[in-house]
Amino acid sequence: MSQNFEHSGTSWKGQRLKHDESMVDRLDPRVRIIVVSIFALAVVLSHDFYVLLLGLVSAVATAVIAQLNFKRTLRRVIAMDMFMIFLILMLPFTTPGEALFSIAGLPASKEGLLHALMIALKANAVVFALLALIGTMSAATLGHAMAHLRVPDKLVHLLLFTVRYLDVIGQEYKRMRRAMQARAFVMTVSKHTWRSVGYLIGMLLVHSLERSERIMDAMKCRGYKGQFYLMDDMVLQRQDYLFMMLSVPFFLLLIGLNFI
Amino acid sequence: MHIVDGALSVPVLATGAVLGLIGVAIGLKKMDYDHLPQVGVLSAAFFIASYIHLPLGFSSVHLILNGLIGLALGWAAFPALLVALLLQAVFFGFGGFLVLGVNVVNIALPGLLVYYLCRHGIATSSPKGAAIWGAIGGAGSILLTTIMVAGSLALSGEAFILAAKATLVAHIPVMVVEGFVTAAAVLLIRKVKPEFLNISEDWEDA
Repeated sequence: MSQNFEHSGTSWKGQRLKHDESMVDRLDPRVRIIVVSIFALAVVLSHDFYVLLLGLVSAVATAVIAQLNFKRTLRRVIAMDMFMIFLILMLPFTTPGEALFSIAGLPASKEGLLHALMIALKANAVVFALLALIGTMSAATLGHAMAHLRVPDKLVHLLLFTVRYLDVIGQEYKRMRRAMQARAFVMTVSKHTWRSVGYLIGMLLVHSLERSERIMDAMKCRGYKGQFYLMDDMVLQRQDYLFMMLSVPFFLLLIGLNFI
Repeated sequence: MHIVDGALSVPVLATGAVLGLIGVAIGLKKMDYDHLPQVGVLSAAFFIASYIHLPLGFSSVHLILNGLIGLALGWAAFPALLVALLLQAVFFGFGGFLVLGVNVVNIALPGLLVYYLCRHGIATSSPKGAAIWGAIGGAGSILLTTIMVAGSLALSGEAFILAAKATLVAHIPVMVVEGFVTAAAVLLIRKVKPEFLNISEDWEDA
């Protein structure tokens, strides 16, 4: 993948990226997680073209309501599309069936084209829904919502730690890269580059781990026993019930259309 | 390396989800709270590694590091990679949601196999031997991951077989790069902080 489509520049800013306040932000995080899960399930399992189209349209509509940053979202969706583009381009030529057109003597089948389109619709619908409903939470909220949904404590802990370290390691990486640049290091295709990057990663891990051990000691010193406290007790509000009442018939429609 | 939503067939998705759940459950059981920072650091490192683009011919490759993660974590690689992939999926739209299980297994299982295969190798007293085992671990885990990705695609439909083969070929250079990088990282870590790779410091006396 080319550098232009790197998914987020060079640092994790999940916690600091601002997006405009929207209706979606007032919904209960637990409800958002569950709704996205059901939506993804319904979309991925369906095999009807119109259902998928409806799914994509509704997902994009949710993204618009959530006031996602247009450019950033587009960049991410395109990055994902680039990821599967080869798969999609190849499908029409590898699926047997009614020939639609041919390129350089290779016939492209209608079935293959349809299949490729369906994959693209599914992947994009799920990504839009994810970015709109879950991507708009802070990572800490996501962790707490998962804990409320009975995800094992250790896993939630790990998620929260990871989010914290992403920032630490990202900054450490930048610092060390700058130090290498100051010594005229340029990445090329050579053993020297690979070895240097290997050392860079090794040092990055060692630095970060030592730092994390200090954090752990400091936490233990303050009585940390492997338990954390969920400060926000989440209570379902009127808008949550409204959202659920809208979602349930929509899902029934999505699933039902498959059988018509 | 990540597969997006919608491409795989239901049996493959379900198998991936079940295997992933088992792996994560065992990993969580083996990981105690004192190890949490180490696991978190490596989980974050996997995330950061995908920013590190190394030039290669006309294009570039990014590091995956699942060999190194496996060597350092063993079973705990499963929860570590689940968290990293989940964060990538929900905050960057990178990868998919329902394929999370398949993706976790495809990336974590090779790491685990490498852990069992190479952990004695990287603890040998000669630095050269350790580097070679590190390279085997780094390149081997990419090889296994690629085979599993290709396998998940091929099992989902005959039409994917060409794409699966293309994936295999496209990742040969990645294996070479990852082998060298992992070898260097192993060499450095075993000198500076051997306990990170579960190496006791005895080898220095041997």
